Amino acid sequence: MIKTEDKIFKNLYNQYGWDIESSLKREDWKDTKVIISKGREWIINEVKKSELRGRGGAGFPTGLKWSFAPKEVGSRPHYLVINADESEPGTCKDRDILRFEPQKLIEGCLISGYAVNAHVCYIYIRGEYFNEGKRLQEAINQAYEKKFLGKNAYGTGWDFDIYIHYGAGAYICGEETALLESLEGNKGQPRLKPPFPALVGLYGCPTIVNNVETIAVIPTLLRRGSKWFSSLGKPKNTGTKIFCISGNVNSPCNVEEEMGIPLKDLIEKYAGGVIGGWDNLQAVIPGGSSMPLLPKKICDTITMDFDSLTKVKSGLGTAGIVVINKDQDIIKCMARIAKFYKHESCGQCTPCREGSGWMWRILERTARGDSTFSDIDLLSDVTKQIEGHTICAFGEGSAWPVQGLLRHFRKEIEKRCSGTPIVKKKRNVPYLIDQHLLEKDNA
Amino acid sequence: MPKIIINEKEIEFEKGMTVLQACELANVEIPRFCYHEKLSIAGNCRMCLVEMEKSPKPIASCAMPAEEGMKIKTNTEFVEKARKGVMEFLLANHPLDCPVCDQGGECDLQDQSLYYGVDKSRFLENKRFVKEKYMGPLIKTQMTRCIHCTRCVRFATEVAGVPELGAVGRGEDMEITTYLEKSMESELSANVIDLCPVGALTSKPYAFEARPWELKKTESIDVMDSVGSNIRVDTYGWEVKRILPRVNNEINEEWISDKTRYACDGLLKQRLDTPYIKKDGKLIKCSWEEAIGKICEKINSTDPNKLGAHVGDMVGLENIFAFKKLLSKIKCNSFDFREKNFYINSSDKINYLFNSSIKGIEDSDLILLVGCNPRHEATMVNARIRKTFSKKKTPIFSVGEPGDLTYEYQVVGKSTQDLKDIIDGKNHFKKQFLSSKKPIVIIGESALEMKSGQFIFEEIKEFLLKNNFINKNWNALNILIQNASTVGCLDLKFFNSNNIYESTFFDKIENNKFEIIYLLGSDNLEIKKKDEFIIYQGSHGDRGAEIADIILPSPAYTEQNSLFINLEGRVQECRKASYPPGKSMEDWKIFNLIYKSLKNEKLFYKHEDLKNSAMKEIINFSQIDSLPKKIIKDNKKINSNFDDETIIIKEIDYYFSNAVARSSKTMSDCRKIKLNLPKEGTNN
Repeated sequence: MIKTEDKIFKNLYNQYGWDIESSLKREDWKDTKVIISKGREWIINEVKKSELRGRGGAGFPTGLKWSFAPKEVGSRPHYLVINADESEPGTCKDRDILRFEPQKLIEGCLISGYAVNAHVCYIYIRGEYFNEGKRLQEAINQAYEKKFLGKNAYGTGWDFDIYIHYGAGAYICGEETALLESLEGNKGQPRLKPPFPALVGLYGCPTIVNNVETIAVIPTLLRRGSKWFSSLGKPKNTGTKIFCISGNVNSPCNVEEEMGIPLKDLIEKYAGGVIGGWDNLQAVIPGGSSMPLLPKKICDTITMDFDSLTKVKSGLGTAGIVVINKDQDIIKCMARIAKFYKHESCGQCTPCREGSGWMWRILERTARGDSTFSDIDLLSDVTKQIEGHTICAFGEGSAWPVQGLLRHFRKEIEKRCSGTPIVKKKRNVPYLIDQHLLEKDNA
Repeated sequence: MPKIIINEKEIEFEKGMTVLQACELANVEIPRFCYHEKLSIAGNCRMCLVEMEKSPKPIASCAMPAEEGMKIKTNTEFVEKARKGVMEFLLANHPLDCPVCDQGGECDLQDQSLYYGVDKSRFLENKRFVKEKYMGPLIKTQMTRCIHCTRCVRFATEVAGVPELGAVGRGEDMEITTYLEKSMESELSANVIDLCPVGALTSKPYAFEARPWELKKTESIDVMDSVGSNIRVDTYGWEVKRILPRVNNEINEEWISDKTRYACDGLLKQRLDTPYIKKDGKLIKCSWEEAIGKICEKINSTDPNKLGAHVGDMVGLENIFAFKKLLSKIKCNSFDFREKNFYINSSDKINYLFNSSIKGIEDSDLILLVGCNPRHEATMVNARIRKTFSKKKTPIFSVGEPGDLTYEYQVVGKSTQDLKDIIDGKNHFKKQFLSSKKPIVIIGESALEMKSGQFIFEEIKEFLLKNNFINKNWNALNILIQNASTVGCLDLKFFNSNNIYESTFFDKIENNKFEIIYLLGSDNLEIKKKDEFIIYQGSHGDRGAEIADIILPSPAYTEQNSLFINLEGRVQECRKASYPPGKSMEDWKIFNLIYKSLKNEKLFYKHEDLKNSAMKEIINFSQIDSLPKKIIKDNKKINSNFDDETIIIKEIDYYFSNAVARSSKTMSDCRKIKLNLPKEGTNN
């Protein structure tokens, strides 16, 4: 359990006011000048030592990412881009940071911008976060008024500007390279990697793309030191994390907790428990819809951090916990998720474009009870044909939840597979004859 | 050179290559749909997946830069499984309509599914259907077949430089379209048909005409403009069914213009298949003997000084040579090849060539257009300029306003006075020009046609020589010739005197001084006929035949072997792909007939002899298919008169520029759309 003084986002529920004056009382913008005066090397090293991992989903070490950017600014400027395109179903952590703790983000932008040599920072907010964006703009304006931003920001000698850019509602624009494409004004489709954005990013310039939460914890991390940060959580999974608990719980909520907290504690203590009691739990999606779900057996003991979830073939992702109790039809749930991915696939590369729709159709059929046993293997094949063959991680994101379903709920599916097959097959018909034409009913 | 290990074989590769290119060096074939070496890399079909050591996932070889010490495997089960998976996805929503698909037989998807496809589909859902899109009179769409490789979109934006083609929608619903369902406004639009790996974009005029394996393929060259694009002529029986590009990186790379590709249906229409003779104001079919007899009678009874001859835009070198020989035998000394009286200084070969060469455009660091519109005058040259512009951001300037050229350029002058100022250094542009290392100046026929055409050419040449931009390594002087036969005519000196600027040929035409005019395939010369006797020898019943008193039918460019010299001075062979209709006879044989009837002897016995003697006349000839020898003579500066006039770039009727194109229905459709003519009741 986290101690109150260790919480980074003290105003997560907006008890103390979001405006800059209230933020200053909560020690935002304290010693920023001192931190920056310690230099880039120190900041990056400190972040490295803290073992902070990106909060956007993939869990890539932030310090390491920063160190990929060229040390010296060449002919091209560097950019810092904040990914606030929080579209993962079940996730709403960035939203509360934007609404209630915007100064943490802005201060984080200044420090990280300085660390990666960027004078300009773009915050890419999803189009649906209109009010949140407005709030953030107000906060940015307040920071400008106090001369925390702009020329010679906060008296540090570093010029720094922040611009907000709204997305247009595509999930894929949360993928960092698709986000950059969208920011440039192009169609939001992921780019081929390599080259990575740290070398060739926005407008072909070195760009660091970070999640809102990652950047927002940076000031506190640096103020209180990497030692303090890494003392929280587990080794290699350090610090605190905002968990978003939703689904069949009594009181859905966002809560900041230490990494590595048991899942059961989170649900029972903060979200008022599963509707119908813990025994009524069917499954939990631990990290936003793109992570494979976990059955109750695993949920009993699992701790919420990157590495232990990877061990059970799932992932922490964005830490958007979706609780599914036994009142739900698990196959229908997954069919709905598959529909989401079918709808959000950008259509650029083949496996994801064709596969995501295929998976949805099979699941939809299975949910209705119209599929056969062979469909289960087919579904599993399709997920494997998508996984790892796509340009971006969307392929995995759409295939993993279905794989999770197949892994843990195969029996449930088999129960539905009593339906008559769409194409009847006669096993004794010789090879290489168009079998379904042999039966008039199917022709 | 760095090394890469492919299938346990070590291969040296050049820096900057991708894994796919390195695999090609190792003779390992990688299946691909979206990758095309002349376009940017999209990496979206995922067919080219290969296994890389230390990578848990297969990598897309087309997008991965090759690096020292990489270990690539292409023949493992892992790779095959990945590719089979991708193929299954591609086929999932692809209709099985190969029997009615025009791409059948030359379809990448068909070919590759032979290796990576499964015999039965596991996709039991309903297949996707996509509505047809209108893309103009050239491109037939069947968008259900589209596999979203985006080659066409990349071609349109990168090579053709038009924004019309793109993808709308997302995921499964992504569709390739010309957003507003209008035709692509590009002279290169039909190349997307070749690029499309499946039957989504096919050729509209060629729809359901023939299967590729039924066609006889002849490698030839194009004569619609002076670029000499390399083409392949596909014939079925005597009909030319279609024309496709042939790769030649020196000239047209892999593209050809729409006119080159689609004017071929004009080869079937308006053809002259028998001699005609005018009797009582009417053209009547006649025999060769009658026609030749009448011609000889006329020639014998006319003063040779009142004989005029003109060569058209698509006449091969041998025929010009034979024609000139015939003319000299009958003592005719008034002949020309120009359609408009433009200035050419023929004393040195570099004076009328595109000396930088088309490929050389890519090396240039500054381009100055003087009174030309390369987009319409030489489409492939324009494509090369655009390539250079988009690759290197080469600054492009123009004297005169040519309109939309598909790339950005800056107008530095509008009149000859502006040009004079640049040369004299009164314009700041001179400084920029001199600071470049490899500039290119392209002078168009429109500029040379003006009163101060001589001034423009001579001053520019002098200026370039003075600043050492014309030397063995780099020659910045370029003339943009418009017609395929022009350079040949200039080499063979098919004009009256050396100082052809003061030629009297055009005066004589204008003042009706000729009694006989012999037109060899010449349709674009303006003649206000009075009582001249006009002999027209050509392939099409076009403007020339209209005014003729005698018509002699001869083959079109796909129907006889002949040599053409393109604007760079490159000699290329145009080969016989089919037979001329009816009683048509090859041009040199007609000259033989005439001469035999006049003097009772033949001019030439074999085409071979004719070709050899014609080739001896080519100036600075090196060899077939290569650039001429680089010989720069000392320049004698000719002082000329200066007139201050506005440089007007003559708009050419692109789709109607020659007899074949004017006979073509397809070209006529394109022209209507370009000119935005109202649609007729019958065509929707």
